Amino acid sequence: MSHPASASRYFVPQPSHWPLVGSCALLLLASGAVLMMNSIANGGFVLIAGFAVLATMLFGWFGRVIGESEGQRYNMQVDRSFRWAMGWFIFSEVMFFVAFFGALFYIRVLAIPDLASPAQAALWEGFQDSWPSAGPGASDPFSKMHAWGVPAINTLLLLSSGATLTWAHWGLVAEKRSQLIIGLALTIALGVLFLCLQVFEYGEAYEHMNLKLTTGVYGSTFFMLTGFHGFHVTLGVTMLTVILVRVLKGHFTAERHFAFEGVAWYWHFVDVVWLGLFIVIYWL
Amino acid sequence: MHATSHTGYAGHHDHDSHAHPTGWKRWVTTTNHKDIGSMYLWFSFVMFLVGGAMSLIIRAELFTPGLQYVSPEFYNQMLTLHALIMVFGAIMPAFVGFANWMIPMMIGASDMAFARMNNWSFWLLPPAAILLTASIFVPGGAAGTGWTLYPPLSIQMGMGMDMAIFAVHILGMSSIMGSINIITTILNMRTPGMTLMKMPLFCWTWLVTAFLLIASMPILAGAVTMLLTDRHFGTSFFAAAGGGDPVLFQHIFWFFGHPEVYIIALPAFGVVSHVIPAFSRKPLFGYVSMVYAIAAIGLISFFVWAHHMYVTGIPLTGQLYFMYATMLIAVPTGVKVFNWVTTMWRGSLTFETPMLFALGFLVLFTIGGLTGLVLAMTAVDIQLQDTYYVVAHFHYVMVAGALFSAYAGLYFWLPKWTGHMYNESIGKLHFWLSMIFFNIAFFPQHFLGLAGMPRRIPDYAQQFADFNVISGIGAFGFGFSQLLVLVVVFQTVRGGARAGSRPWDGAHGLEWTLPSPAPYHTFEDPPPFNQAEAHG
Repeated sequence: MSHPASASRYFVPQPSHWPLVGSCALLLLASGAVLMMNSIANGGFVLIAGFAVLATMLFGWFGRVIGESEGQRYNMQVDRSFRWAMGWFIFSEVMFFVAFFGALFYIRVLAIPDLASPAQAALWEGFQDSWPSAGPGASDPFSKMHAWGVPAINTLLLLSSGATLTWAHWGLVAEKRSQLIIGLALTIALGVLFLCLQVFEYGEAYEHMNLKLTTGVYGSTFFMLTGFHGFHVTLGVTMLTVILVRVLKGHFTAERHFAFEGVAWYWHFVDVVWLGLFIVIYWL
Repeated sequence: MHATSHTGYAGHHDHDSHAHPTGWKRWVTTTNHKDIGSMYLWFSFVMFLVGGAMSLIIRAELFTPGLQYVSPEFYNQMLTLHALIMVFGAIMPAFVGFANWMIPMMIGASDMAFARMNNWSFWLLPPAAILLTASIFVPGGAAGTGWTLYPPLSIQMGMGMDMAIFAVHILGMSSIMGSINIITTILNMRTPGMTLMKMPLFCWTWLVTAFLLIASMPILAGAVTMLLTDRHFGTSFFAAAGGGDPVLFQHIFWFFGHPEVYIIALPAFGVVSHVIPAFSRKPLFGYVSMVYAIAAIGLISFFVWAHHMYVTGIPLTGQLYFMYATMLIAVPTGVKVFNWVTTMWRGSLTFETPMLFALGFLVLFTIGGLTGLVLAMTAVDIQLQDTYYVVAHFHYVMVAGALFSAYAGLYFWLPKWTGHMYNESIGKLHFWLSMIFFNIAFFPQHFLGLAGMPRRIPDYAQQFADFNVISGIGAFGFGFSQLLVLVVVFQTVRGGARAGSRPWDGAHGLEWTLPSPAPYHTFEDPPPFNQAEAHG
């Protein structure tokens, strides 16, 4: 290339087959999921094939981007573009959680009191307005999740992981590679510990508390909100691991390391969502 | 104005030494915004024909009372897929196609900010289209709930509903990626000197539209995810016995659904804001107020959703709030209509095809907007909810609004894209046939609705027969008139009178400083921004 990363010229990537591979992956994933959910043979294989193609695409595409980045192909304008894009992507993720938080608030503030109102007495006699509730059709007793056990420890873990990640960032900016590596490794460890505790908590809920995904709206909102959050933590841990591997390979400089910052933004977003969950799902 | 200056910013490219893929590989691997824009436009036209064929099945069935050609279940599937395909497959991709082609050229950028992701945004559309259309052939058929996918009906549907849900997920990913790309391009890639308030209005409409998409598509994703888990994993979001509420789905859906209306309308406003000044040979009147009106419409669109739900049981105070909030949107929309009209005031007007479609848009969209105000009134809407009046209203907004504006844009920019002038006689014929048949098809539906004919029902009472015949004739006429677009586009791509760099003498903006056809790579370096070109 005759114009590497010059300030005034735009960067346009080479033609790439990865978008088409990604689309094939999503078609396979969607078809496989539809087949599985409707108990049609071989759905699982289609789904696994979808995941395999998706993984290939992610490795190939991100590998390409990392190569371009390390090859000094990106100028400051590209760097700014990445910042805008990551910000808007996180905003879209926020809006996804807004739908589920909104559903929770609607159910607690409107749906449950309405079902317990005198107007509904003919249909749902004796149903009391209370939370948690599995709805008027439920007869199975279940236990409520309490905030000050495992969830409180998990809050502490995630908040600490935010601190260790910032400490790692300071290390990156100050060219202290060992601080960077230790900080990242600690963050990943805290994230994995969080996920282990969440798996333990789900196990407790299913084994001893009779609290399941099918336990009316309480089960639905609890498992869907914490489940999607846990999925995002898993994504965050995966991305942090990629960053750690790149750090070990000697990537990033004190000035240019947006991949690290973007993942850090994402991690803090996951952290903030958890605080919302802790307050409205576990505590109140 | 820049007859000699354009050559410096066109043609040369630092990738010229590489062999670019040719044939089909060019299209599946491309990172060029013009290629991707063309693919979006072709895809949307194909989907427009598919969705249009479905609407003709609907109109054929409604031509006479009684059940003629299709079963009620299949009729429901047709009206559902017609809506989903037209909204997500035809209109939205058409304006994304315009955005891809025009935004980089309007702001002096070489391409979109994320050229590879741009290609993925496009290539996500075919899998979604495959899922939607293939769902007709699976056991139980396609989703038959209407595009709103309301539970409990959507909980009871067969696997076609699951395919629709995943199609919506994939379309949502495509829209979010496309929107992030467009926002980043507009905010970060403008040529030096082009401040936001000097940016062409089409870019402004897309900036706000992209924001609406990023904010609302994840909400829809959440809604259909809850549907999916209610269907297959035993959750109770929309089941009263479990403490949920089917009305909850309506709230979440319309929190997406109403911004979606403006996602379709705003880029249409943007196109018209370029076409009317060009053929009035005057700058757009009230540029700043236009920008604020776009932003206001975008913002208010998030606070009016329950006007779709007056009869589903919301409190009186809620009804009043949503009525007034909805009427508030008429203010910025009115600002825009008055500004377009004032732009034409004392202009030297000519009436080439783009201008005709823009004027058709202006008249018919205003009618659709006014019937929207009628429907905004709770007391009236309780009578008109789910009647053909609503169908007439939103087809005036969606077809005569969005589609006519898309045609205005197509005829306006086709010379820039192909380097040839289109056939003006066929263009005008296309406009007049569309204008006349559209009104024959949809104006009588106002009367049907006022008389009480319900929508989404394949049969109707005898007294509605005459207007349905008229509407059916209009629909078939309108449908077949659209094939003229194919003739025009094929002719223009293959040849015709040479178009200069500025084929419309009243058009301004950086895109008109480029030669026609626009070279494959444009603006390798940021071009100088002439203040006189501002407010294209």
